[in-house]
Amino acid sequence: MSILDSKIPEGPLADKWTKHKNDINLVNPANKRLIDVIIVGTGLAGGSAAATLAELGYNVKAFCFQDSPRRAHSIAAQGGINAAKNYQGDGDSTYRLFYDTVKGGDYRSREANVYRLAEVSTNIIDQCVAQGVPFAREYGGLLDNRSFGGVLVSRTFYAKGQTGQQLLLGAYAAMNRQIGRGKIKMYARHEMLDVVIVDGKARGIIARNLVTGEIQRHSAHAVVLATGGYGNAFYLSTYAMGSNVTAAWKAHKRGAFFANPCYTQIHPTCIPVSGDHQSKLTLMSESLRNDGRIWVPKHKKDVEAIRNGSLKPTEIAEEDRDYYLERRYPAFGNLVPRDVASRAAKERCDAGYGVNQTGEAVYLDFASAIQRYGKEQAYVKGLDVDDKKVVTDLGKKVVENKYGNLFQMYEKIVDQNPYETPMMIYPAVHYTMGGLWVDYNLMTTVPGLYAAGEANFSDHGANRLGASALMQGLADGYFVLPYTIGDYLAHDIRTGPIPTDTKEFDEAEKNVRATIDKLINNKGTKSVDHFHKRLGKIMWNKCGMARNEKDLKEAITEIAELREEFHKDVFVPGGENEYNEELAKAGRVADFLELGELFAKDALERNESAGGHFREEYQTEGGEALRVKEYQYVSAWEYKGQASEAVHHKEPLEYKNIEVKERSYK
Amino acid sequence: MMNLTLKIWRQKNSNDKGSIVDYPVTDISPDMSFLEMLDVLNQELIEKGEEPVAFDHDCREGICGTCSLYINGRAHGPSTRITACQLHMRSFKDGDTIYIEPWRAKAFPVIKDLIVDRTSFDRIQQAGGFISVNTSGNTQDANAIPIEKENADKAFDAATCIGCGACVASCKNSSAMLFVSAKVSQFALLPQGQVEATDRVLNMVKQMDEEGFGNCTNTGACEVECPKGISLENIARMNREYLAASFKG
Amino acid sequence: MSGILNSSIGRKFAMALSALFLMVFLVMHVSINFTSVFSEELFNNLSHFMGTNPLVQGLMQPILIFGVIFHFVMGFILEAKNKASRGVKYASNSAKDNSTWMSRNMLLTGVVVLAFLGLHMYDFWVHEMTVKYIEGDMSGLIDPNNTESGFRYYEELREKFVSPVRVGIYVVAFILLALHLLHGFNSSFQSIGANNKYIKGLKGFSKVYSIGIPALFIFIAVYHHFTH
Repeated sequence: MSILDSKIPEGPLADKWTKHKNDINLVNPANKRLIDVIIVGTGLAGGSAAATLAELGYNVKAFCFQDSPRRAHSIAAQGGINAAKNYQGDGDSTYRLFYDTVKGGDYRSREANVYRLAEVSTNIIDQCVAQGVPFAREYGGLLDNRSFGGVLVSRTFYAKGQTGQQLLLGAYAAMNRQIGRGKIKMYARHEMLDVVIVDGKARGIIARNLVTGEIQRHSAHAVVLATGGYGNAFYLSTYAMGSNVTAAWKAHKRGAFFANPCYTQIHPTCIPVSGDHQSKLTLMSESLRNDGRIWVPKHKKDVEAIRNGSLKPTEIAEEDRDYYLERRYPAFGNLVPRDVASRAAKERCDAGYGVNQTGEAVYLDFASAIQRYGKEQAYVKGLDVDDKKVVTDLGKKVVENKYGNLFQMYEKIVDQNPYETPMMIYPAVHYTMGGLWVDYNLMTTVPGLYAAGEANFSDHGANRLGASALMQGLADGYFVLPYTIGDYLAHDIRTGPIPTDTKEFDEAEKNVRATIDKLINNKGTKSVDHFHKRLGKIMWNKCGMARNEKDLKEAITEIAELREEFHKDVFVPGGENEYNEELAKAGRVADFLELGELFAKDALERNESAGGHFREEYQTEGGEALRVKEYQYVSAWEYKGQASEAVHHKEPLEYKNIEVKERSYK
Repeated sequence: MMNLTLKIWRQKNSNDKGSIVDYPVTDISPDMSFLEMLDVLNQELIEKGEEPVAFDHDCREGICGTCSLYINGRAHGPSTRITACQLHMRSFKDGDTIYIEPWRAKAFPVIKDLIVDRTSFDRIQQAGGFISVNTSGNTQDANAIPIEKENADKAFDAATCIGCGACVASCKNSSAMLFVSAKVSQFALLPQGQVEATDRVLNMVKQMDEEGFGNCTNTGACEVECPKGISLENIARMNREYLAASFKG
Repeated sequence: MSGILNSSIGRKFAMALSALFLMVFLVMHVSINFTSVFSEELFNNLSHFMGTNPLVQGLMQPILIFGVIFHFVMGFILEAKNKASRGVKYASNSAKDNSTWMSRNMLLTGVVVLAFLGLHMYDFWVHEMTVKYIEGDMSGLIDPNNTESGFRYYEELREKFVSPVRVGIYVVAFILLALHLLHGFNSSFQSIGANNKYIKGLKGFSKVYSIGIPALFIFIAVYHHFTH
């Protein structure tokens, strides 16, 4: 019997959430005023949780390291948000969204959580529209949908290429309303540096004011971490520069188990790396795969010619192109899930067909979409459908309407016009499915400490489908946590305010100060970025899109060595009582250097391939991920003083409502 | 590869007077982004044991609105419709001198070097930039009210504002009207926003005035420099909403 | 409604309204002046009417004076407040890349127009007031004792445009007025929140107005200068 109790309610799948809501304890409105909740992170999960808990009457303190809650990295999500509304009448349903998500996650997620997610997805759309989120609409004035990878229906709601920003601004507006009413106290430019545990319960945090350097104690009856994912362990990723694992990692060190750290999503459509100076990778929305076709040349001689500049991609004849996704996966074609598309790109590039100087790029081509749309428009307008120029011009217009902002972004970065020549793309680290282990109530293994959104591990299994991250963040914050946290807080109505002058706070603050002092006074010779880049190289080369036992073992050693070198030789300029970005970065990289090791250890433990975790030793003859039945569990790691000594716990996964079979997109 | 002279505003903290300091940088690739060029400078400074230049940045893909550099006399630099993080060094020539300053406005006090405090924007939003609906999940079906596509699109265009503050920085009056009008317009164009329209515009404008932003004189600089191309039409709409709300009392 | 003039948008609106009022006055002014080009008699009659009608003198003139004073006082107040809201100035500022010279220099063009207005008041209005209300001569005749002598207005007008210096000042002032109007007229639509399908047309009209009206004033001055 595992020590992990997922607290999944009894009863039929479809009734679990309703039944659970009916059974859990509530806090009466007068008592809510006596209860404080700390929320760290103000993205979709944190922002929506803060707003909702404040609406309910709790006293909320919200923290973010950005200068405004509106800038959390949820803002960068482009494509859309899934919901089983079935507005298109194409056969969608709660069950189908549940099914697609479990299958997309390669049967490594919890049935009950995913079903609940699918169930509340429709409420999210209603809620957001009521808040004034300007989703895309059709001419009739009703909401428009589009399709995303890994599914056969159109259930994705979107706001051009910036769905994330619009949803986040919705949550931010809801927060602002509560800040204006005094129910949320907002601490922007503050970073959480430790969780304070009193009598086994999370009772507060230690935070640093990033402007003044002041170390502060904040107490509460419960603490929610909505601090996002840890993909920046790879240095280069589509994450924001400030995204970090620090809050989650400190919680882990204080007793919260870390689940499935090796499940990382590598997004197939990002702009390729251009040089060593690169600080960040830019995503091109998955929605582009609705119309773009992915290919590389069929012949090596054409690849050579392209690399040395003597041939243009547009000059390669149709029969000399290898549309490898369409070839390998005729049913889903270019809309296979992200992990599948990424690996397929890597396979072609590893085989020597990469189309840029570094050999790490494939084409995403809109020429056929332009022709197809152009012909359609020419026909509608009664123009000559065989006039190439007319058709091309009309087609470009349509493509511009759909993806104009993305095309413009591409052109600004790469200096090539994607209407004329195919885009070049390559996979990049984009999302982490792993995170703090939580039960059905989103509580970690530390009582009173919750994790929501990307920071927890809960809903996506080994691979996340496109447009599901926004759905999960808002589901957790708006519709799940506000109920489940009440169940816990109902026992705290007589507790009264939590004092901060206790030995637990003393100890935590001392701990934080010691870490900072050490970094500031280290007086080494190398910058924080120097170490971060080296960590990123190890992670990408040995724990990236394809992993094997040898590499992972090497990674574990190398990361441990790098960590030691970091603590000996890092140089942090400036002082601690002032704005000091290098100091903040140093603390974050120190935590990545610990997490990285656990990451590799987890990947090594999992002797199978599943979703984003691909072990070269475990693949089918066709090169697809090969799951192993014995690994049908969640790995949850308990901290024991060092990453290398982490203790492995298993939460078995059961599938009663869905048949576990080979995940096929052919 | 390019060699450049950077003239950068350095200011230790909000109480320091601050001044422009010259820094040469060498071997800059035209494929670098502007912020990556600053990264290069900062790495050099750190290696010399000096303090790096503090500047705000986060997503580095033009959507979070954090970066806020006044480059060669223009908000987000010489190109239009982009943020500083999307600006690439191919926009400059070998030997160029580049001025880099923080946003300048009384309502955006400098925190350090090139970083300013834009919480005045948050306070304006808190004064009314929302629709008062609780997150019960029991609102009506999202498709219950069809919204005319033209208005939905205009509301979206207004909502694309990333709150970077380029409008304030480039306005000769440091006026925040483009920012405020974008939010007012988004809600004014949607039926959901109508109920609170009167109070919203009055309260947001009141807060804007209290924060110490200047008045709009319709120079149109904000629209030109806005990385998201927010239209001046929104300011006209806000004026109209405000006047109607004022006369309504 | 209370305190609207204390709000930024209220003040903007008031600036726009006073400007639109002054622009209506300009049309009237230029129309009457223009009659001097083709009909001495019509010009004299109109001038006499405007100068002696109690409604014009007692009601419209004070409103006009109030409008002018309000417009420039408010203009100064706003400019001072706006300047103060910047704080530290930019070391390098390339405003020409995002806005027109006219829009950024409304104070300069306004001050020049105001200075000209001073001269203009001294030339015509002070003189008029002295004759009519201090000397008590309401006749409008060249020789108040001789009803046959005819109205004095046309003669006085011709007299003023003899001096090339004065005509030069006059021309420069109206060029600056044109620049002031070129930004100001369009700007006033924006300030009052006008925004519909007619705006494009109105903006075209405002350009014609902004160049046309000052051009007419200049034409009148130059015409009288050279035909004297």
